[in-house]
Amino acid sequence: MSAPVIAPYRSALSPGRDGFAQLVRAEWTKLWTVRGWVIGLVLVIVVTDLLGLFGGGYSSIECITGPGGKPQTGAACTPKVATGPGGQAVNDNYYLAGQPLTGDGSLTARVTALTTELGTPAGPTGQDVTLQPGSVPWAKAGIIVTASTSQGAAYAAMMVTPGHGVRMQYDYTGDIAGQLGPASATSPRWLRLTRAGATVTGYDSADGVHWTQVGAVRLPGLAATVRAGLFAAAPDWQQSSVSTGGGETGSGGPSLATGVLDQVRTAGSWADGSGGWQGTAVGGANLSQVGYQQADGQFTVRGSGDIAPLLPGNGGRYQTIEQHLIGVFAGLIVAIMVGVLFITAEYRRGLIRTTFTASPRRGRVLAAKALVIGSVTFVAGLIATVIAVAGGVAVVHSQFGYVFPVSALTWARVVAGSALLLAVAAVLAVAVGAILRRSAAAVTLAVAVLVLPYILGVASVLPGHAAQWVLRITPAAAFAIQQSIPAYPQVDNLYLPTTGYYPLAPWAGFTVLCGWTALAFALAVYLIRRRDA
Amino acid sequence: MKDGPLTEALHAEWTKQRTVAVTGWLLLTAAVLTGAVSAATAATVHCPATGCGLDPARASLTGVEFGQAVVAILAVLTISNEYSTGMIRTTLAAMPRRTTVLTAKALMVAALALVAGVVGVLGSVLAGALLLPGHGFNAAHGFAPLSLADGPVLRAAGGSVLYLMLIALLSLGVATAVREPVVAIGLVLALLYLFPLLARVAASAEWGRHLQQAGPMTAGLAIQATTHLRTLPIQPWPGLGVLTAWAAAALLAGGLVLRLRDA
Repeated sequence: MSAPVIAPYRSALSPGRDGFAQLVRAEWTKLWTVRGWVIGLVLVIVVTDLLGLFGGGYSSIECITGPGGKPQTGAACTPKVATGPGGQAVNDNYYLAGQPLTGDGSLTARVTALTTELGTPAGPTGQDVTLQPGSVPWAKAGIIVTASTSQGAAYAAMMVTPGHGVRMQYDYTGDIAGQLGPASATSPRWLRLTRAGATVTGYDSADGVHWTQVGAVRLPGLAATVRAGLFAAAPDWQQSSVSTGGGETGSGGPSLATGVLDQVRTAGSWADGSGGWQGTAVGGANLSQVGYQQADGQFTVRGSGDIAPLLPGNGGRYQTIEQHLIGVFAGLIVAIMVGVLFITAEYRRGLIRTTFTASPRRGRVLAAKALVIGSVTFVAGLIATVIAVAGGVAVVHSQFGYVFPVSALTWARVVAGSALLLAVAAVLAVAVGAILRRSAAAVTLAVAVLVLPYILGVASVLPGHAAQWVLRITPAAAFAIQQSIPAYPQVDNLYLPTTGYYPLAPWAGFTVLCGWTALAFALAVYLIRRRDA
Repeated sequence: MKDGPLTEALHAEWTKQRTVAVTGWLLLTAAVLTGAVSAATAATVHCPATGCGLDPARASLTGVEFGQAVVAILAVLTISNEYSTGMIRTTLAAMPRRTTVLTAKALMVAALALVAGVVGVLGSVLAGALLLPGHGFNAAHGFAPLSLADGPVLRAAGGSVLYLMLIALLSLGVATAVREPVVAIGLVLALLYLFPLLARVAASAEWGRHLQQAGPMTAGLAIQATTHLRTLPIQPWPGLGVLTAWAAAALLAGGLVLRLRDA
C-alpha cells in the first residue's frame, strides 16, 4: 500500500506586491492605528488654534480718538487706515500745494532747501507739539502728480530727501533712486514730472539744463484731470533703544519737513492751468505747523506724515495675519513628537526588524515614512492654520480692530507655508529619530534646532544682531514664510525679528529648513543602511 | 552601621546615574552649550558709541537659555527611562517608600544640574569678561568689567546656577507625572518657551507683563538682570521664587501620581 500523496500547501491568496505604493500603505496603516499618534495629530490642530486665538486675541475695547481725550468704545475705535492701489495699508499724510490739471503736461520745480524738525507731543490732543531741529533721513519735499487728494490715491512723485538723495516714488511701494546728496542753496535740485496718458516720467537735474530720466511708471486708470503740485512730508521719528531683555524697543513722535521750492513751471496742456495753488493737508493735519507760503515765486511748504506703506509694529490695534499663527510653534513641538515616535517606536518595540524583513530596502522605508508623516502633518497643519488665521481675523474684526490687508497670494503663502513648515518639521523629526534612535534625545534635538532659535529670536531674548543670525542659519529661518508684510528700505523702521521682520525672504528662509532636512535625511538613510536594526 | 533609607536611595540613584554613559554626555553638553552660546552672544553684541541699554551680565549668560533644555532632558530621563525600560518596578520593589525615591531623584538631578551649571556659568562669565570689553562694554561707556566680585553679577551668575537646578526639579516633577519621555520633554519645553512668546503677541502691554511674571522661564531669568531693574516685569529674587513655586508644584504633582498610580 502506497502512502497517499499530499500536495504541498499553497496559499489561496495572491502573492503580495512589493513596491513603493505598498510601503506607503504599510506606513499609513501604522500611523492611523496608533491612537497616541492620531491624538497627537489632532493636538497639532488644537494647540495651534487655541494659542492662536489666545495669543493673537484682541481684547482692548476702549480707545481715545480725537481731541478731548474721551474714551470711546465699539466701531468708533476701528482705526481708519487708507488702502493704496496695490491693496496694501498705506500712510498717506502730507501737505500739498496743488491744482487740478487736465491732459498731458509737465511740472518742473527747483528745491533749494529741505530742513526737518522733530516734535515731542506735550498735550493729550497730540497737536500741541514742541519742535526742535533733528534729522529725518526720509523726509521729503518735491513735486507730485496724484489722482486725487483723498488718502490712498495713485500717485507718482519726484522728491528730495535729506539722507537718500533724489528719489522717484510711486504708488506707495515704488522707489527709484536719482541723484545723490541733499539739496541746498548752493547745490539745488531740479525736479520734473511729465504726464503722458497713464505714464508719468520723472527727471532730475543739477543745473536745470541737463536732465536725467529717473524712472517712468504707469498709473493705470489715471483720470484726465489730476492734482499736481508741490508737497512736503516727514515720517514720524523713532529712536530705538536696547531693552533689558536684550531686545530692542522704540519711542518717537511726529516730524515736520520744510521744503523751499522755486522756479515752478508748468508746460504742455498744463501751461494754461487755473494758475492758483491751493493748500491741502492730505489725510488731515497732525501738526498745527503744516501749510505753505508763496512770495516772489518762492514756495515754502511745511508738511508732516509720510506717503509710504504702513508697517506693523509691536502688537496693539494693528494686527498682522501671522500674529494669529503664534500657536504654530506649539503645534511644531507636537508634530516633532509624532514624527520622532513614528520611527523610534519601531526601534523600541522591535517592529523595525519586521519592517526591514518585509522590505529590505531601508532607504525606501524611510522615504515612505517621510512621505506619509509629511502629507498627514501638512493636512492637519493646513486645517489648523486656516482656522487660526480666518478665525483670528474674524475675531479682531468683530471687536473693531484692524488687520493689515494682504493679497490672496500672500494669504495663501502664509497659511499654506505654515502648514508646510509643520510638515517638513515632521520629516526632519523622522530623520533625527532615525539617526538617534532614542525618542527623548531626538525630540529635544529637533525642538532645539527648530523651535528654540525661533523663540530666542523673536521673543526679545537675544540682541538684534544675534537674533538675525540665528534666524538665518538655523532651521528656524523657515518661520520667515509667515511674514506677510515685507520690509521696505524707503521706510525707516525697526526691521527686527522681535517686530515681525525676518532676515531672509519667505521662501529663502523655508529653503534653509528644507536644506537642513535633506541633510538630516541623507545622514539618516546612510546610517540606517550601515547599522544593524 | 546601616544607612538611613534616604542615604541608601541616594546611593542607588548615584549608581544608576554613574553607570549609564548618557549622564556624562548630557552634563558635558549642558555645560559646553551654555558656555559656547554665551560666548557666541558676547562675540556678536556690541555697544555703539551712542550708548546702549544692554545688560552685559545678562548678555554673557544667554547660554543658560540653551543649556536649560539639556538639563531638562537629563532630569526627564532620570525617571522616564525607568518607566520605558521597566526598571521603575525594580526600583520600587527595592525601595517601596515612593516619597524617598522621588526625594533621592530630586536631590540627584539638582546636584547634577549644579555641576553642569557651575561649569557652564563660570565659562560664560569668563567669556563675557574677556569678550565684552572689546565690543564697547568698557569703562569709556560706563561699564565696569564683568567680575564675580561685583554683587549683582555674582547674584546673576549664582542665580543662573540655581535657575538650572530649579529647571531640573521642574522637569523631574513633570516627567514623574506624565512618565512618557517624549511627552514629558515636549511639555517641559512648551512650558518654558510658551510664556515669552505669548507675552510678545499679548493684546495689551499689561497682559504681556503679567504673562512674563507668571512664566517659569521669563520670571526665573529675571535673576540674571543687573541693570534697569526698575523696568523689569518682576524683580530678580521674586522671579526665582515664581520658578521655585512651579518646580514645587510639578514635584508635588509628580509625587502624588507616583503614590496614587501603579508603576
